[in-house]
Amino acid sequence: MAFLDEPMKNAPRPSSPPAAGSDAMEDGIATRELNLWYAKFQALKSINTRIKKGVITSLIGPSGCGKTTLLRCFNRVNERYGYVTTKGEIKLLGKNIYDPDVSLIELRRSVGMVFQRPNPLPISIYENVIFGLRIHADGALRKSDCNDAVEKALQEVGLWRDLKDRLHDKAIGLQLEQQQKLCIARLLPLKPKIILMDEPCSALDVEGTRAIEELMFELKGHYTIVIVTHNMAQARRASDECIFMLMGELVEHCRTEQLFLAPKNPKTAEYIEGRYG
Amino acid sequence: MLARTGRRKPSTRSVWVVWIETAFEWVIRLCGISAILFVLGIFYFVFSKAAPIFFESEFSIAEFLFSTQWYPTSEVNVRYGVLALIVGTLSVTLLSMLIAVPFGLGAAIFVSEFCGPKLKESLKIVIELLAAIPSVVWGFIGLTVMKTIIEKTTGAEMGLNVLNGGIILALMSVPIIVSIGEDALKAVPDSYREAGIALGATRWQLVYRVLLPAAKTGLLAAVLLGVGRAIGETMAVLMATGHAVNIPGSLVDPVRTLTATIAAELGEAPEGANHYRVLFMVGVLLFTITFIINITADLVIRGIRRK
Repeated sequence: MAFLDEPMKNAPRPSSPPAAGSDAMEDGIATRELNLWYAKFQALKSINTRIKKGVITSLIGPSGCGKTTLLRCFNRVNERYGYVTTKGEIKLLGKNIYDPDVSLIELRRSVGMVFQRPNPLPISIYENVIFGLRIHADGALRKSDCNDAVEKALQEVGLWRDLKDRLHDKAIGLQLEQQQKLCIARLLPLKPKIILMDEPCSALDVEGTRAIEELMFELKGHYTIVIVTHNMAQARRASDECIFMLMGELVEHCRTEQLFLAPKNPKTAEYIEGRYG
Repeated sequence: MLARTGRRKPSTRSVWVVWIETAFEWVIRLCGISAILFVLGIFYFVFSKAAPIFFESEFSIAEFLFSTQWYPTSEVNVRYGVLALIVGTLSVTLLSMLIAVPFGLGAAIFVSEFCGPKLKESLKIVIELLAAIPSVVWGFIGLTVMKTIIEKTTGAEMGLNVLNGGIILALMSVPIIVSIGEDALKAVPDSYREAGIALGATRWQLVYRVLLPAAKTGLLAAVLLGVGRAIGETMAVLMATGHAVNIPGSLVDPVRTLTATIAAELGEAPEGANHYRVLFMVGVLLFTITFIINITADLVIRGIRRK
């Protein structure tokens, strides 16, 4: 049972970023009155926002403001801890992911996630890339399909040339930057609609950061990308839209240039000037 | 370090503190080395008691290893063949591992990945209690409860046999396999789990595609500690296996193990007699078997790591 209406095979990709519009289907992600508690602590307070399809949106704010929590709501990975309570609604491409008929497995298939520390699995590079295909396959996979998927995914993230001769080496042995690219590559064979990134560059050096940012630009348009970052300069460089959060509340959401050049809210202005954080 | 470099500037620390620290360092060093000393000492002791047997005419190493005739106290024709005892030990151990490994690893996976925090805590306490039951109590259970059950269900004449010993040993090894196995799974970084979950893996897929490959060395160690326990166990098998020198043809045949033989006969063998020395030789054999298992395990683990 597919999560997002469309059949999974040959799901068409949105070819270009759609123009901003008020139609609900134009939103990649829309939240309504989203509240979240870790036991008694309220980490998200009435979040209402619409994240556009096919662009890069960054989530910024000081530590503990709830940006990672919000990100982890979008694939419901927060729920692996028993003490989390969520109320409200999140619509991904028009479908509420908290509806009872939503399958978590299908949801996570169409919403990929990249973590703060690169976390390739302790298996070969090849197996890492097709891990998603394997766990979602009904029967055995055809070898040629696997080979194609691996080549395509690694080409998309720019690892194919370096790694094509050692696909069966352990993924753990790669450089951090390659590991993180691999973590992005392993999402692609599943053809996700949305890619969530939780500070994907914080473990990388300058070169690695640049490479991942370039990769994000390449992927933009095909995928809706949401990135949490601590690094305001990165948000400014690498995102189209920007959301500023503080103490579990969404303070401001607008185009990135506007947020950095002419913030509406004084708290945003103080944060981007570096008065706190 | 600072105190050593400059003589002019005396250390502010008192001589006593320095002395005490040095003393502690030596005590700790001694503790570390003592393991080696003990192993060597025990090996020397057992081997020196056993060695004179090689010069006796009535003993041959080939007969010892390959004969099933164990008549150490016969007055006319003394025979010291331990093949039946080796087979006895191996068959009981094998059976117990066939039961305990799936059961123990399954329990470890359940405790570590599937059950809630409260159940987990209580299960861990109970499993530790299970590990603390003395082996003679297990033997007692085998001798009474398990014996009756086996006689009723299999129709065997005698409920003390390979099956009984194997089950009792399995019950004794499971807690070790569970607790070490659970540690091994706990040591798998949570980031692997998150990676799997975020890709849409079900709990089972997470277990067999991510956790088992990641924890395999630790799980192997858990199994091997279980094997070690099973091979070395004496009292429970002495009571539960029927103690008959016999190569078993079926699960309900009685056997005798190497360890049980030593325990049962050493007290009656006069010190320095050939029987006494052969029993020490059996000890050397046991030592060798466990040594081989440990070395193999070590090599296997290294092999897995390198891959």
